[in-house]
Amino acid sequence: MNLLYPLLALGAILLFNLFFTHGFFHIQIKNGHLFGSLIDILNRGAPVMLLAIGMTVVYATGGVDLSVGAVMAISGALAAQLIRPDYVKGVLEYGAHTPLIIVLIVPLVLSVILGLWNGFLVAFIGVQPIIATLILLTAGRGIAQLITHGQIIVFEHSSFQYIGSGFFFGIPVPIVLVILTFILTWMLTRKTSLGLFIEASGANPLASRFMGIRVKMITTVTYAFSGFCAGLAGLIICADIKAADANNAGLYMELDAIASVIIGGTINGGRFSLAGSIVGALIIQALSTTIMTRGVPPQVVLVFKAVIIIIVALIQSDKLRSKFCQFIQIGAKA
Amino acid sequence: MKFRLNQKNIPLLATFLVFFLIYMSGAVAFDGFLSRRVFINLFVDNAFVGIIAVGMTFVIISGGIDLSVGSLVAFTGVLSANLLSKYEMNPVLVIVICLLCGALLGFSMGCLIQYLNLPPFLVTLVGMFLARGLAYMISLDSVPIRNSLFLDISRLAVRLDRGVKIPSYAILFIVVVVVGAYVLHYTRFGRNVYAIGGNEKSAILMGLPVARTKIMIYTLNSTICALGGLVYSLYTLAGYPLAGTGLELDVIAAVVIGGTLLTGGMGFVEGTLVGVLILGLIQTIISFQGNLSSWWTKIFIGVLISLFILLQKYLSTRKVDACS
Repeated sequence: MNLLYPLLALGAILLFNLFFTHGFFHIQIKNGHLFGSLIDILNRGAPVMLLAIGMTVVYATGGVDLSVGAVMAISGALAAQLIRPDYVKGVLEYGAHTPLIIVLIVPLVLSVILGLWNGFLVAFIGVQPIIATLILLTAGRGIAQLITHGQIIVFEHSSFQYIGSGFFFGIPVPIVLVILTFILTWMLTRKTSLGLFIEASGANPLASRFMGIRVKMITTVTYAFSGFCAGLAGLIICADIKAADANNAGLYMELDAIASVIIGGTINGGRFSLAGSIVGALIIQALSTTIMTRGVPPQVVLVFKAVIIIIVALIQSDKLRSKFCQFIQIGAKA
Repeated sequence: MKFRLNQKNIPLLATFLVFFLIYMSGAVAFDGFLSRRVFINLFVDNAFVGIIAVGMTFVIISGGIDLSVGSLVAFTGVLSANLLSKYEMNPVLVIVICLLCGALLGFSMGCLIQYLNLPPFLVTLVGMFLARGLAYMISLDSVPIRNSLFLDISRLAVRLDRGVKIPSYAILFIVVVVVGAYVLHYTRFGRNVYAIGGNEKSAILMGLPVARTKIMIYTLNSTICALGGLVYSLYTLAGYPLAGTGLELDVIAAVVIGGTLLTGGMGFVEGTLVGVLILGLIQTIISFQGNLSSWWTKIFIGVLISLFILLQKYLSTRKVDACS
């Protein structure tokens, strides 16, 4: 898989900052923790990177998961609700008594179940992935609001907050979680035949089925995995801001994740590149950070993202490339 | 014309049945639910959703999808409100500009989809980003509309007896539905839309103007969507960059509930009308109920689409069985 172009794009953004943003590459160690713009990009990009890892395998099976943002909201809402079970009844006591393991496991299990539901609709019922996951995109936010009763649940839970804003040997914990998930996924897909099966089911489901690959099962598993990644990303954001916001947690993040995957060179129904998606997510985050540090209102970032996605899609379009080649040949003859 | 209950009509019948059931359950549960005002309000409150859903019906029948509609509503609203209040532009000119902007966006998206073979969802996703971002760039705040022509249009209404009136945009909604149904069922363009959705390769081999039709579908949809956006700004008398978030799902839901097949090739504008009314009914019942919150709407919509998709799937697999 060709990582060159995404890396060049990332390099260009960083180079721009080297010249125009003061102290961009300055990394310092405060109290044994790493700080700096670059670390900030990694840290803030962690949720999108996680989503992108899950989205990559879904995209490789020929699908897409639009529900990740909503799953993030659900997972965060559930975690907050578990920490402060009586909040919606008006009991304002901070309940740090809930064991960390429950706060982590229950939302993640629910996220996987939601992913399985998506996978079931896509693989076994045959609904188009966009529609199947679009259902959860809307209904999911409703479910998240149901869990929090439409309120923003604020909480204090020192061990849970650790996964959002803590440091592990000086490295922010979200980054560590991304690295762990990446290595695990990479091992599973590249050191076993699972990755090959995923690519085969995406490229030609019928042929793969005749070859003995359980295409439906593989597809379902990819959605479940995407759900898991989204759940984890939701926990990170929730733990970072110490609150569950059912309306805004992960809003539009599915688009960032899809953009990262496409920038990273994963083909819809075919080969995938986990590293490419990570680079793609970093490009998106670096771009957002750059634009914001330049004092441009953050809303404009959306326009930039749109332009970048379309440029990347154009570069990767075979049809445009062949037309371009024709054009050059005609030019050479003339 | 003889009416036969064939496969094609079952989703449509199911839609009518669901509408009837929900309406009746509302009537049983609440006093005054059957009043004419409640029924007319279905058309009033959902006029912009319905107008956009008509355009989306064309897109989905042709086998495509458009995710940019919600953002385009926001963009149109903010653009019109700003042109009117800040630059005090002629309101007719503003309407023309808004429609042209919609058409331009749709035309570009259609060209990208058709000539570069990019997947519709990706292209329209970009359109969604772009329109929302542009709306934010124009204004971050809600801008009120105080133009006299816009105010007049929004006040314009057909009065029925006992103070019940039908505002102009509810009438526009009905007009768009009727025109949409006519174009889809009785014109060559409409037939081409069905043909492309049924089987694009066959349509090309048959010599139908597939490229032109597809680009026209997206152009048409975005123009209708801009019209919907104008109706929305008439309805709220403001332009707000956050307007229409998640609208694309409501619209797609209305189309799917209305019996249009997501795989393309089959569908009805009439069904879409009933689909919009069903969504409106759910909202009305929730507001009548009083103690249910608005997020239940989203969950109900999700459940309803799931049910309708399962129904469609069941019907289409039966058709395959019958063929083999």
